[in-house]
Amino acid sequence: MSERPLPWAMTLLRRELRLSMRVGGGAQVGVLFFLAVVTVIPFGLGPDMNLLARIGPAILWIGALLATLLGLDRLFQADRDDGTLDLMLMAGRPLELVVLTKCLAHWLATGLPLVVAAPVLGIFLNLQPLAMGAVTLTLLVGTPALTLIGAIGAALTVSLRRGGLLLAVLVVPLAIPVLIFGVSAANAALVVGTPFRAPFAILCALSLLAAVIGPVASAMALRFSSD
Amino acid sequence: MAILDYANPTRFLRLTQIVLPWLTAACLAAFAVGLYMTFFVSPEDYQQGQTVKIMYIHVPAAWLCMMTYSIMAISSLGTLVWKHPLADVSAKAAAPIGAAFTLIALITGSLWGRPMWGTYWEWDARMTSVLVLLIMYLGLIALWRTMEDPIRAGKAAAVLTLVGAINLPIIKFSVEWWNTLHQPASVMRMDGPTIDTSMLVPLFVMAGAATLLFFVLHLQAMRNEILRRRVRAMRLKAAAGSRAARMAPPSSPLSSPMSGTPGAAE
Repeated sequence: MSERPLPWAMTLLRRELRLSMRVGGGAQVGVLFFLAVVTVIPFGLGPDMNLLARIGPAILWIGALLATLLGLDRLFQADRDDGTLDLMLMAGRPLELVVLTKCLAHWLATGLPLVVAAPVLGIFLNLQPLAMGAVTLTLLVGTPALTLIGAIGAALTVSLRRGGLLLAVLVVPLAIPVLIFGVSAANAALVVGTPFRAPFAILCALSLLAAVIGPVASAMALRFSSD
Repeated sequence: MAILDYANPTRFLRLTQIVLPWLTAACLAAFAVGLYMTFFVSPEDYQQGQTVKIMYIHVPAAWLCMMTYSIMAISSLGTLVWKHPLADVSAKAAAPIGAAFTLIALITGSLWGRPMWGTYWEWDARMTSVLVLLIMYLGLIALWRTMEDPIRAGKAAAVLTLVGAINLPIIKFSVEWWNTLHQPASVMRMDGPTIDTSMLVPLFVMAGAATLLFFVLHLQAMRNEILRRRVRAMRLKAAAGSRAARMAPPSSPLSSPMSGTPGAAE
């Protein structure tokens, strides 16, 4: 292919975003689920504001992880059902780039709203402004990694009728490092003397690594699912 | 290419039929020696008493749960890169064995931990990563079970196995980092600084016996998988044949979907 990759990637990105925003896209449900998870946790733990402030970053991170897992089956499923995926496979363009673009659109539609919602939900959890900022920043850097790793699971389970539960089981072990360093960096704002820069840098590294492994492995899995 | 000679499943079946009895005998002999040494030769630990003998099961199981994953990762490379026809059979056969060894390592570890640490479970870095490994094994097995076509399932599982192989060191590193951050005081070691020779020899014998057990089980499971696929292929062929036979006589075309009950097809 001699054409420059940027124009068609932009077209694809616009298409994906438009589809996810419109009726049937379901991009907003993830934020609602996030809200539901954060609301339900104090009922289990009790309304202890000090405890909530201490574990608040962890609650927000786990909520964001669950909300991301919930939305992942949308990544390739709809395109496979209506045949778009086959067209993308046959178009002769680098499938890795297609997957990366789809992941970017998916993150903009489902991951970014979680990041934006995090400070608001932080109020429920009695987070101080500094902790709120730390959680939001780590989510901003870390949720792309969750989407990109999750894309592998979504690509592997795309041919299954109800792959959502299996997808979560496959993705969770791979997402553990992201969760560890995300929560660690966010907790640095709460506990004096814990490092912020080191876990934050590792979190960035994990996102970059996922940007390589995720599209390559997902493209491979998608090719195998079609033949 | 020696490894390509065994790409032929029939040749593989013939070869393993010769090898397996000898391998089984060697495995049994190694276990007999190893267990004898464990119970009658190796001394009790001056601190741990009899419970130190759990180590002779636990350490080989822990070593094998990692070796099995390495074998699965190499097999997955064989599936994706060289398209070796037995590679996905090998990976599929290894997964349940690896899961079993992982489970044994976890169970014996917690049985040992109860008298030693006073708790069955501790979020120790090593235990946590083994637990994550168990989840990955079970996820892989679940992925194999959800796809009907063994070739397609093998390719999907190979992708996931390799992604897991890249991620396992990262998971292990991050869990260790997390653990030291949360509980800096708890440094728990299975052994002291060194192990005495009187314990090291039985440990090596048991590790060798367990490795032999893995290869016996693995080869046998591969044989079963090959035969299972043949049965599946024959069934598909028979089903296609009976359908063709049912469709072929044009005497009663109207009744063919209704009268095609399994009883009538026989």
